[in-house]
Amino acid sequence: MQHVPDITVPALDVEKIRRDFPLLQEKVYGIPLVYLDNAATTQKPQIVLDTLEYYYTRINSNVHRGVHHLSQEATNAYEQARKTIAAFLNANKPEEVIFTKGTTDGINLVANSFGRGFIKPGDVVLVSAMEHHSNIVPWQIMCEDRGAELKVIPMDQNGELIMDEFTALLNDKVKIIAVTYVSNALGTVNPVHDIIAQAHARNIPVLLDAAQAVQHMPVDVQELDIDFLVFSGHKIYGPTGIGILYGKEEWLNKLPPYQGGGDMIKTVTFAKTTYNVLPYKFEAGTPNMSGAVGLEAAIKYLQEIGIENIRQWEEQLVDYTISRLKELDGIRFIGNPKHRSGAVSFLVDNIHPYDLGELLDKQGVAIRTGHHCAEPVMDFFHIPGTVRASFAMYTNFEDIDRLVAATQKAAAMLR
Amino acid sequence: MTIKETQDELISDFSFMENWMDKYEHIIQLGKELPLIDEKYKTPDNLIKGCQSQVWLHTELKDGKLYFTADSDAVITKGLVSLMVSVFSGHTPKEIAESEIYFIDAIGLSNHLSPTRSNGLLSMLKQIKIYALAYQAKSQSQTNGKEL
Repeated sequence: MQHVPDITVPALDVEKIRRDFPLLQEKVYGIPLVYLDNAATTQKPQIVLDTLEYYYTRINSNVHRGVHHLSQEATNAYEQARKTIAAFLNANKPEEVIFTKGTTDGINLVANSFGRGFIKPGDVVLVSAMEHHSNIVPWQIMCEDRGAELKVIPMDQNGELIMDEFTALLNDKVKIIAVTYVSNALGTVNPVHDIIAQAHARNIPVLLDAAQAVQHMPVDVQELDIDFLVFSGHKIYGPTGIGILYGKEEWLNKLPPYQGGGDMIKTVTFAKTTYNVLPYKFEAGTPNMSGAVGLEAAIKYLQEIGIENIRQWEEQLVDYTISRLKELDGIRFIGNPKHRSGAVSFLVDNIHPYDLGELLDKQGVAIRTGHHCAEPVMDFFHIPGTVRASFAMYTNFEDIDRLVAATQKAAAMLR
Repeated sequence: MTIKETQDELISDFSFMENWMDKYEHIIQLGKELPLIDEKYKTPDNLIKGCQSQVWLHTELKDGKLYFTADSDAVITKGLVSLMVSVFSGHTPKEIAESEIYFIDAIGLSNHLSPTRSNGLLSMLKQIKIYALAYQAKSQSQTNGKEL
């Protein structure tokens, strides 16, 4: 069934893009794969795979250490990757870009360092009701450690933050706010400009979890005036095990180091160690050099397609998914936000999401089922989990048609 | 039918089905035949640990044989529970404890189910065997008691 949706197709050749992704050519159970689990991880374009191979076959060496030729090449490649990513985020300086293992690692870094530097007993940390566990637990650990309190910005039945309650929670005790830009479980795009403006009016810094944002929409850290922003490489077509922490220079300079080790030091004696300057202060140990250049390749690939083109294309995919799923009896959307990006979460009647997910899988449709590492969100809606279809630049309308047909068939079997 | 005969019959039933959607259809159908657990036995004690969806299993000893009733909030899981119950229900604790279970692999369930489901299936198998061993030990100690 090939639908011709009533849409304006933007300057994005999705069939050409699909050919760049080897894994999308695969079959599962003998059926062409429909990959709609992009919020968990995206597939990688050939250029990223080639870059990783190039790194290891041509320039692999440890960075910032050797005087030899290869070490210099590797260092240049690693630092060039930092510059590319800084430009992608419109950071003021490349030194504001710290390579991490991923979003979780970046949040742990900030929670730990900020906690040790700035949190006293009785202070308050704000997170939202729709956070991924990665943006809850590091703050919980820090709050327990420092005798501080974790408070939650509530959301409503549509899966949108209740902004009046957010405003009411702001007071002098609040020392940092950590919120997600886009909810991984619901697809809600949060009013982050408003959150940041209100926080800054009280001199409270904000950390944005942009793990579900940077691959879907333009993100400009200076325009946002954001203090800390984190994301993962593997969700933006890059390799696993690499991620980014952006931090304003003044904040990163003020924070104490997170992990100790090689590269992050200036001088070491048994009596006292002095720390290196930014960004090295926060990059202890041999960094993930291949990951960094692989992520750079992914971001360059994405820039070539154009993030605004991707945003428009995916917006149409989301709208089409919702309108097609609405045709199904008993469909229930979990989260109905006005501004949505990247993902649609749903249930059909009282069918268990695991049942639905398993039968979708057997029809070649890869989606995510379960609590999406956001158990508080599932508790809020009193459900065991959802089925989540999530999109990427290579998703096409046929993928959505197959999702809908497979869901229909599965639901008929499970009723 | 012995535990072995039931397993062989299940394997043969599934072997006629060509694709996995048909096999799932059959599993879902079997779920509808599952002897349902009495609501009063849906207690935390009777929840099988290690299952992603909730599974309750109740065991009863009648005339020296074990009978199982169960339920789950997920339909496919219920079908899998039903498979398990049909293999074991109506056998003595000794037969169950000593049985060799090969139908899960032979049907291909261990390869085709999602890992969380096949782990759940193994947890249930383990739980049934533990029940059987416990009943066996209990009846042995009672017998020994009489001899004394």
